[in-house]
Amino acid sequence: MNRIYVAGLGAVSPAGWGVPALLAALHQGKPLPIEALPRPHRPEPLRYRPVPNPTPRPACLTHPRLRRASPLTHYAAAAALEALASLPAASGPDLRVGLITCLDAGCVNYSCRFYEEWLKDPATASPMLFPETVFSAPASHVAALINLTPLVYTVIGDPAAFLQGVDLAVDWLTSNAVDLCVVIGAEEANWLLGDAMWQLEHAAVLTGGAGAITLTCNPAWSSGVELNAITDAHTYGTRQTRRQAAARMRAQLPPSAPNELLCDGASESYRACAPELRAWQDWRGQRWSPKAILGEGLMAAAAWQAVAACAAVAGNITLAANVSLVGPNHQAIGARFIEHHRQTT
Amino acid sequence: MMFPRTSPVDPPRVVVTGAGIVTSLGVGWASNAAGFRLGRKTATPVTWFDVSRQRVKVAAQVDLPSSLPASRLGARQEARLDRGGRMLLLACLEAWLQAGWEPSDDLPIILGSTAGGMSLGEDYHDRTVAAPQRRRGQAARALYYQAHTQARAAADALGCSGQVRIISNACASGSDAVGHAWEWIRRGQASRVLTGGHEAHCRLVFGGFDSLQVMSPTVCRPFDAARDGLMLGEGAGILALESLEHARRRGASILGEVIGYGTTIDRHHLTQPHPEGTAALASMRQACASARVQPEDISYVNAHGTGTPLNDLSEALAISRWAGSRAATLPVSSTKGVIGHLLGAAGAAEAVACLMALREQWLPPEPDFETPDAACTFPIVKAPQSARVNTVLSNSFGFGGINATLILRRWE
Repeated sequence: MNRIYVAGLGAVSPAGWGVPALLAALHQGKPLPIEALPRPHRPEPLRYRPVPNPTPRPACLTHPRLRRASPLTHYAAAAALEALASLPAASGPDLRVGLITCLDAGCVNYSCRFYEEWLKDPATASPMLFPETVFSAPASHVAALINLTPLVYTVIGDPAAFLQGVDLAVDWLTSNAVDLCVVIGAEEANWLLGDAMWQLEHAAVLTGGAGAITLTCNPAWSSGVELNAITDAHTYGTRQTRRQAAARMRAQLPPSAPNELLCDGASESYRACAPELRAWQDWRGQRWSPKAILGEGLMAAAAWQAVAACAAVAGNITLAANVSLVGPNHQAIGARFIEHHRQTT
Repeated sequence: MMFPRTSPVDPPRVVVTGAGIVTSLGVGWASNAAGFRLGRKTATPVTWFDVSRQRVKVAAQVDLPSSLPASRLGARQEARLDRGGRMLLLACLEAWLQAGWEPSDDLPIILGSTAGGMSLGEDYHDRTVAAPQRRRGQAARALYYQAHTQARAAADALGCSGQVRIISNACASGSDAVGHAWEWIRRGQASRVLTGGHEAHCRLVFGGFDSLQVMSPTVCRPFDAARDGLMLGEGAGILALESLEHARRRGASILGEVIGYGTTIDRHHLTQPHPEGTAALASMRQACASARVQPEDISYVNAHGTGTPLNDLSEALAISRWAGSRAATLPVSSTKGVIGHLLGAAGAAEAVACLMALREQWLPPEPDFETPDAACTFPIVKAPQSARVNTVLSNSFGFGGINATLILRRWE
């Protein structure tokens, strides 16, 4: 059996651009300010937490492929490059980097814009916008940016699909198809997505951003964190409720020591996370709930949970951290990351 | 557990024991096989939305039955499905019945789709704009718009549960889903997988391709020197894949074997392939390497062949370089002139078409092909013909540069 190590982390969130900003917000433990997101056709606005403009602006955003790209692509690119920044300089041009982008809503801004242009007059709808609406557009742009990429997939689903992306990365790494694999979870906010989320859960606070994890089989590139477990994907349906799926996911994770960390999906919406809270009701260790601080970032939020877990292990805050992803309408998957001492490899 | 896990030392052979297909040729194997064999044209005027301001006004459209066959799906769930969800369900039921599988809690579903239930998303938008205070049905539209909800509904209809994984690699999604499912079984992650892709027409996608001016205002003629664009299609293609051992153990009838898969990324441009088809060539070579076959072993190439000037030129160069001296006698065709471009479902539906060619020993012709492009060093199948078909290679290339190639072999 191959061992899988975390080689790097990246994040863009309402807390700022970079993992340090994400961690600072989590350490502070105070929900970020909420702003109003206007709905064009309703007087009452939606609630959201915007991603601040980066200062300074990352150099990668001047890449020709990113000039017209969506905000989601910008977030994904910045997070991916941060997650690859600690790569050894000697890695060279032959390095094979896989890229897996996980999305739930995807490039909703351009989809909305193109569709509204088309409704207004099909003959003048912009051909520049349409390609950017495709789910795989962000992955294509980031692959062009990294320029080391032999394998690229886009996986869609509810936010628990982020761990399907991590599982796919394990496949590629253990079959020696790539040397490193970046798994990105990214999302962007817009009024239509916020409205849809509001239909399902009034208390949700929408946000956007991205998180990225770089994985490798090479212990020399480890950041001191090792993937210990990914549970099965417990899919909801007539044969399994969301509550049952969350409980089964919890039960599959390896037993934890008392002072370990749980990065869960608890948010401002109790109803949305009730099955998950129930599954973890006996948890006595540390608990981080990024969505309660940053907002509902869908796939980005799932990635932040994983990034936070890995960062906590790498920063010696805990020896092991669990990630609990109980998606709203697809599946529940959990993962566990542990400390890796290079000398023990 | 997904991780840690162990893989078998010797990857098992992966066979197809069921296939389901829904295209503009009809619902099910028989009508599609007859249509592919004859190259029956299916383009019809678009009537489901106003196309008076569109450059192109035709598409290949599915004539769906008025009701779905009996399944375990509740009436409420069934009512919420859009056209794409219904096509998916029909194809899944056909593949399921043909495979003779039983309900279980360990059936993974791996699907490719680019738009999922986009028509529900459009409907959601339009209703929100027109009557923002009216919420009736909006939550269901927000849920069933998502491809994984459609796939979950299909699992419920079959009485199954298991992992649902959705791959959205643009027009390579269907092939990548089948290839990924093939890898799952070879790595010992499952003994069987229901896989394929589905896609239904929607206004955003039709309008998008029209705005790009990549749709043919005349007829779709892949690899023809006078080609002027693609024709959009819709439908679903589903394969029941299982390990040979699993299929033999339960005495299943085997329709064919998936023996190779390759996938590469073309970083040249978001919507244009590399002019020399370098990534397409790499994808074909990778698939052949995994299948341990040479171009000489391939009986027929089911090309991506969209009918756009750039795609077909790039693919023709790639096929010519890959095939070498074999090109002169290697039959090639694209079924997109018949059923249109099914986008995320294209590779899956075309895999089913390849399976038909392998089972029934014919080659699918291109009905409107007349004059080959100068880059074509290979013969295009332009008339119905019987042939000895042992091994076929199927290409799918997508927006964003993702290329995928599948290789299937006849089961004797």
